[in-house]
Amino acid sequence: MQFMLLFSRQGKLRLQKWYVPLSDKEKKKITRELVQTVLARKPKMCSFLEWRDLKIVYKRYASLYFCCAIEDQDNELITLEIIHRYVELLDKYFGSVCELDIIFNFEKAYFILDEFLLGGEAQETSKKNVLKAIEQADLLQEVSTQSVTSEHLCKCIATPQ
Amino acid sequence: MRGLAVFISDIRNCKSKEAEIKRINKELANIRSKFKGDKALDGYSKKKYVCKLLFIFLLGHDIDFGHMEAVNLLSSNKYTEKQIGYLFISVLVNSNSELIRLINNAIKNDLSSRNPTFMCLALHCIANVGSREMAEAFAGEIPRILVAGDTMDSVKQSAALCLLRLYKTSPDLVLMGEWTSRVVHLLNDQHMGVVTAAISLITCLSQKNPDEFKTCVSLAVSRLSRIVSSASTDLQDYTYYFVPAPWLSCKLLRLLQCYPPPEDGAVKGRLVECLETILNKAQEPPKSKKVQHSNAKNAILFEAISLIIHYDSEPNLLVRACNQLGQFLQHRETNLRYLALESMCTLASSEFSHEAVKTHIETVINALKTERDVSVRQRAADLLYAMCDRSNAKQIVAEMLSYLETADYSIREEMVLKVAILAEKYAVDYSWYVDTILNLIRIAGDYVSEEVWYRVIQIVINRDDVQGYAAKTVFEALQAPACHENMVKVGGYILGEFGNLIAGDPRSSPLVQFNLLHSKFHLCSVPTRALLLSAYIKFINLFPETKSTIQEVLRSDSQIRNSDVELQQRAVEYLKLSSIASTDVLATVLEEMPPFPERESSILAKLKKKKGPGAVSVNELEEGKREGGELNGGGERGGDSSAIASTPSPSADLLGLRAGPPVTAAAPSAGSLLVDVFSEAGVNDDGFLRFVCKNNGVLFENQLLQIGIKSEYRQNLGRMYLFYGNKTSVQFVTFTTTVTCPGDTLVLEPLIEGGAQVQQVINIECLTDFSDAPLLNIKFRYGGALQNLTLKLPVTINKFFQPTEMASHDFFQRWKQLSLPQQEAQKIFKANHAMDTEVLKAKLLGLGMALLENVDPNPENFVCAGVIQTKAQQVGSLLRLEPNAQAQMYRLTVRSSKDTVSKRLCELLAEQF
Repeated sequence: MQFMLLFSRQGKLRLQKWYVPLSDKEKKKITRELVQTVLARKPKMCSFLEWRDLKIVYKRYASLYFCCAIEDQDNELITLEIIHRYVELLDKYFGSVCELDIIFNFEKAYFILDEFLLGGEAQETSKKNVLKAIEQADLLQEVSTQSVTSEHLCKCIATPQ
Repeated sequence: MRGLAVFISDIRNCKSKEAEIKRINKELANIRSKFKGDKALDGYSKKKYVCKLLFIFLLGHDIDFGHMEAVNLLSSNKYTEKQIGYLFISVLVNSNSELIRLINNAIKNDLSSRNPTFMCLALHCIANVGSREMAEAFAGEIPRILVAGDTMDSVKQSAALCLLRLYKTSPDLVLMGEWTSRVVHLLNDQHMGVVTAAISLITCLSQKNPDEFKTCVSLAVSRLSRIVSSASTDLQDYTYYFVPAPWLSCKLLRLLQCYPPPEDGAVKGRLVECLETILNKAQEPPKSKKVQHSNAKNAILFEAISLIIHYDSEPNLLVRACNQLGQFLQHRETNLRYLALESMCTLASSEFSHEAVKTHIETVINALKTERDVSVRQRAADLLYAMCDRSNAKQIVAEMLSYLETADYSIREEMVLKVAILAEKYAVDYSWYVDTILNLIRIAGDYVSEEVWYRVIQIVINRDDVQGYAAKTVFEALQAPACHENMVKVGGYILGEFGNLIAGDPRSSPLVQFNLLHSKFHLCSVPTRALLLSAYIKFINLFPETKSTIQEVLRSDSQIRNSDVELQQRAVEYLKLSSIASTDVLATVLEEMPPFPERESSILAKLKKKKGPGAVSVNELEEGKREGGELNGGGERGGDSSAIASTPSPSADLLGLRAGPPVTAAAPSAGSLLVDVFSEAGVNDDGFLRFVCKNNGVLFENQLLQIGIKSEYRQNLGRMYLFYGNKTSVQFVTFTTTVTCPGDTLVLEPLIEGGAQVQQVINIECLTDFSDAPLLNIKFRYGGALQNLTLKLPVTINKFFQPTEMASHDFFQRWKQLSLPQQEAQKIFKANHAMDTEVLKAKLLGLGMALLENVDPNPENFVCAGVIQTKAQQVGSLLRLEPNAQAQMYRLTVRSSKDTVSKRLCELLAEQF
């Protein structure tokens, strides 16, 4: 994977993770272009598109779009599930995650992502193991709670069959 | 961090962009003063402010301070402070060398802390930044951590992917060694997470060093087999929606695609069994209705199909894969339809599954018509293109043409190219081809690029059985009240060449033809008008009875005084030509165009360029290897050599078809004189010497292969681009090239650019002076026979010349200084070519030295000066060439500060004049 972007329906960037070296200018350009492209697509359209020489895989969860750029030989469907697993991780960690959680605890969103994906590749796909690592770190961290309410990203994630 | 939350809330409450910027600036000022203040900040405050800066950066604002504070946090004992420090560095690192040293120090401390949480943080940071400085510092350490027996699993996982990132950015710094074999064995690790992380590293390393890692194949197969046959609950948390370890399975299948099918029968049997199981599972009823279940399952299935296609050796599996994809073509999930179309494209190029793919033609055509998402329609068009062969070409081309009428603008140009290629490739009768292209121009004229209409003309000129039909059809097409300018171009060209073939019919008599063309003239752009003028002069030759009418037109003010120079020049020249030249001369000058040399279709080249190398499926890269005797296949035309001989300039070949005005003889062509002079030797086996005075051209050509060269030099460095062109209709297999360099006087780094199959770049460094050229060895298989070819690469010592300008006085002073007998080399030889002053000058300039005017007392003589740049030293050289026109002889004298250089230059140059 070359990069992952999270942005809102209004086009506001919520999280960006780059796994290839690019200049800030280039990053901004890519972000602008992709946010525009993805937001212009209709809900029933397919989740994949060709963009430059990369493949874009995206999915919308409530008000947030998760968008990954992968290379030619990479697997689109498994990337779609990478996105989903990340959402699950956020959901489990924050307890019914919503966009505001990611805004106010952006650093946590980054930490969780680093435990799950590193250098653009899946590092640990077990939900338990990822959360264990984060919780261990949290034990060392003072607690700061934010009461926030907004639409939950996933309503049905908490109880997998 | 309460302060941070308050700040974020403030930002969110800002009503306008201006308010937000104001709030941010206030905060930045506050943080700056805190950082600069006299009071030392405690860790918590530092963390809070660094976090705020990070947030501001992520909002899209530039941050130019705070790096030092973040680096300070790295050495904090408190985990949370360290963590924020690392996050800031990961997101915002810049290559400030001072800081990099401090950061690397902190990382080093954490790596040796033996605290796994700290170690992971440090490894994540390296993986996130991945800079060269970090690679230099840690590329040696990380492999050790990765394979050490006492390393915690989580640290191993991070170390593996960290190393992968460093290997991707600085492969030269990650040295293979004893650890490599131990890394492969991580595939056997108990911990699934370790395997998942390590396999990404192993895959990347295997791609670059397949031999060193080939033991991974059997390990991967057995791991895969265990996963595939496990019950859905066996793998506990690594089971994802009832699918056992989908990520790991995909990665294993991906790793296997780096290798050919296993040679060991048992391993292969086990793998085939796995693939069959995966295909079987696709037919089983789903264990869950959730889309995650089917996605994970199908991700593995698609990866397995990719492997089956990669092996391309198991007909049974290929056909099963194709049937499975066929089911997906009608699936209700858009994603699956998209992927099935995409995957089938590659299946279509396998001889085992090509027929099976073809059975889905109706579904695919339907997709092209009814899919609502343009990216899916695009895939359908790609697949139709890939599955096209002689049996279904007419149907597919017709469908694509009708789709073009409503196609999205974004894909029209590509569609046009595809239709044009298919029509050409599978044309059985050429009237169909001509009809198709003219239809193309009618339907989507704006998207018909030059290459397409050049090509139709090229083909009509080369096939005399279609010329009459083409003339008749364009004539009819031009009758339409509004026709596209491209149609006028094709019409003008073809009627200018072959209008006589339909002139017998009174409805298309010469004058009618002319009037028809001329009725379009005023609506056309300058290039088209220029082309039409050339068509008119051709008419004068074809039909003397039109002469007066056409002369009248040429003579009119709007032509002969046209403000456009090109149009005016043509009008003047053509008018003059038609009035003074005798019929014989006119007939010779305006003779029918000779056939174009057959070469790779310029349209195909265009499509490749458009899609980028690798994006085009294999079968189109090698022109129509499946079908023999295509229009475009080299083998069909026995008389190729005559065609080449009639094109005076092989070095223009790289550019593809030379288009433009049909009357080459009458068109002003002074600009191309130089090229023609240099390449007059034509194509022979010793291409080497032809490159002494030039850098670009065709190095080698035979029936199979053409090798073109472009090169550039600066000081003691050079870069050479080699272009390998396959002239046959068959694929070259295992095409490898090696460059060897005698005496190590040059350093060459051959590198095949990623994915590109036709271009190779060589970097050259001249260490010291040399005489022997590097050798290029090319091996490939053509129709089963091994072809082996060794060529001298035209890298000669003079390429590293820096020209030196000097006055007469200086020249002769230096000339005298270089008076030792061994410093001079001299040759007297007969002229091989005409002794034309301008040509000589051009050659000497091409040599790379400065050509000094008004230096030699005898104006017939040439003197040059230059300095050869090598890494070891600079060698000044002076040259004097004295032509004797009467005797048709030359005397060449070279003096250099180094004897070997004088000698070599003299040898090289003696063959040039």
